[in-house]
Amino acid sequence: MKKEDRLESKNPMEGFLRMDRIPHIWCPGCGIGTVVTSFTEALKKSKLDLDKVAVVSGIGCTGRVAGYVKLDSFHTTHGRAVPFATGLKLANPDLKVVVFSGDGDIFGIGGNHFIHAARRNMDILIICVNNFNYAMTGGQVAATTPMEANASTAPYGNFEFAFSLPYLAEAAGATYVARWTSLHLRRVTKSIQEALAKPGFSLIEVITPCVTLYARRNRLGDGLNLLKYYYDKSVIEHGADTRTLDISYQGKLVVGKFVDKEKPTFLDRMNEHMTKILGDKYVKYGE
Amino acid sequence: MKKVKVDPKGVLTGSHYIDGDYAIAEGGLAAGCRFFAGYPITPSTETAERFSERIPHVGGVFIQMEDELGSIAAMIGAVWGGKKTMTVTSGPGFSLMMENIGLACMMEIPLVIANVQRGGPSTGLPTLTGQQDMMQAKWGSHGDYEIIALSPDSPQECFDLTIEAFNLSETYRVPVFVMTDECVGHMHEKVVIPPAEEIEVVERKWYEGPKDKYLPYKLDKDGIPFMVKAGDGYRFHTTGLTRDERGYPVINAECQSVVVPHLVDKIINNADKIIMLEEDEIDGAEIVVISYGITSRVAIRAVQQARKAGIKVGTLRLKTVWPFPEKRIKQLARKIKAFVVPEINYGQIVLEVERCAAGKAPAFHVPHCGGWVHDPNDILKVIKEAAK
Repeated sequence: MKKEDRLESKNPMEGFLRMDRIPHIWCPGCGIGTVVTSFTEALKKSKLDLDKVAVVSGIGCTGRVAGYVKLDSFHTTHGRAVPFATGLKLANPDLKVVVFSGDGDIFGIGGNHFIHAARRNMDILIICVNNFNYAMTGGQVAATTPMEANASTAPYGNFEFAFSLPYLAEAAGATYVARWTSLHLRRVTKSIQEALAKPGFSLIEVITPCVTLYARRNRLGDGLNLLKYYYDKSVIEHGADTRTLDISYQGKLVVGKFVDKEKPTFLDRMNEHMTKILGDKYVKYGE
Repeated sequence: MKKVKVDPKGVLTGSHYIDGDYAIAEGGLAAGCRFFAGYPITPSTETAERFSERIPHVGGVFIQMEDELGSIAAMIGAVWGGKKTMTVTSGPGFSLMMENIGLACMMEIPLVIANVQRGGPSTGLPTLTGQQDMMQAKWGSHGDYEIIALSPDSPQECFDLTIEAFNLSETYRVPVFVMTDECVGHMHEKVVIPPAEEIEVVERKWYEGPKDKYLPYKLDKDGIPFMVKAGDGYRFHTTGLTRDERGYPVINAECQSVVVPHLVDKIINNADKIIMLEEDEIDGAEIVVISYGITSRVAIRAVQQARKAGIKVGTLRLKTVWPFPEKRIKQLARKIKAFVVPEINYGQIVLEVERCAAGKAPAFHVPHCGGWVHDPNDILKVIKEAAK
């Protein structure tokens, strides 16, 4: 066996990553890389033509994913990954467009775009890495920080209510909604695979450890301690009522697939509606 | 730069009686724009309305986004998806677009934004005219970069210059602004749209080399990098960070010292090719009135009266406002007595005239805070004062 063919000398994700950009910038113990592994695994299993898969990220730690995947990949501005993806998808409907970004990017600064893309049932998959804080800038409080948790801009503890991402997504119109932690690698992979195969607006939330900031400031230990917390406190409840999925500080984590329903996408609706109204005069788009 | 014939589906050949806003939409459709993402804002909304009505008959997408931040983000995404895109807005929406205008400059995105200006600041005068976003067009996003801005003064020119805006944006891979104003936007006049075979447009600078050799920001001989679109197998990366030829982020001063001068130079070094001016009776003039947009039409009255009174007045109309015609102003400053610059703001383009004239000839400003056009007598008064 030649040296380069030996398992330990070859990264199994090589075909999916820009190896010339590795090593990545993520901290030891961070969960983002785990989610990227699940994503590449799901791509492999889905047998999609990788030339037709595009990744759009915003800004933040997870925002760096676009820079590492060997696909058409776009590192955009803070909060605007979803509308950027909307334009990309509509301009080239053959693409499978995946937004890979963090909770601060998608649900803090970009929250309005998220609900509107969900409302329109835009055919994009959102993989949101939720680490409960703004990590890239040093661990500030976020729209997802559990009440009582400490953050660099909530030094006396967070007293605001947090978003429940699955509840928000379902209410806004998403057709596929799941939540996992980065401990549930196999489940994350399966969810991504399902969502990639499904037209429509999908959200997969993955709760991940931020060891350097969130865990350190809250004295929660290292990555392994957080995975232990996920192990102890997560409960799989497929189909759970999304109104019941709030996350309390170090409390129970209800995970699973909560929504999986059929609905025509934006482009389906556009073509169907315009054909109905304009008949032969309508120049069909993207078919 | 490759010129091609336009898709006749988008060209509404004929003589029309339409307003400037409609003419902008028709210009975009004629130029081959097939993706419009916008948000309604007075006094520009009619462009979006027109596009939404026309696009189902042409083949393309109109999407009303949730806000202007979304509009411009969707446009940049759509360009990477292979489309020509445009939007229309006014002051407050233009302000909201600024961050991603910076992204479009950094990613070198051809796109067109029409700004039908109204009086500001803030919500200001939604239904009344202004020319107060001229400096914002140049400097509005953070960092150093260059854009192109055109300023039509009639519905016909709204049509013509929107096509030109697309051509310039494709040639230089840069956002181009059509800086018109409420008066021109809502003015109804005859607009003649030529047959499709008479309209030529600049084709996107598509890369045609081997797939594995593609570098998104490697400059071609003309200083402009080639483009590809997502889905064609290039598996490229692009970012708003300072980047190298591969499109990979490189966050250091060396890389910055390559990227920023490129973004600036590709426009400034081609300024002579980009700048369009309209001059009248400049030779032998002692006063030159510099104006743009609706103000140039109002100024005509003042200029005629001044000529009647025996003052030698020439006019210079800026069809291109940015890049600024620095050379021409410098030349004129050596020959004339003074410039007169009426504009519907408290002093924007006059500052550029002053800078370029560099003390060789004074620039007299005729300010107006917006809401209406100048009284020609106010311009006349200043011409007379300048001629003293």
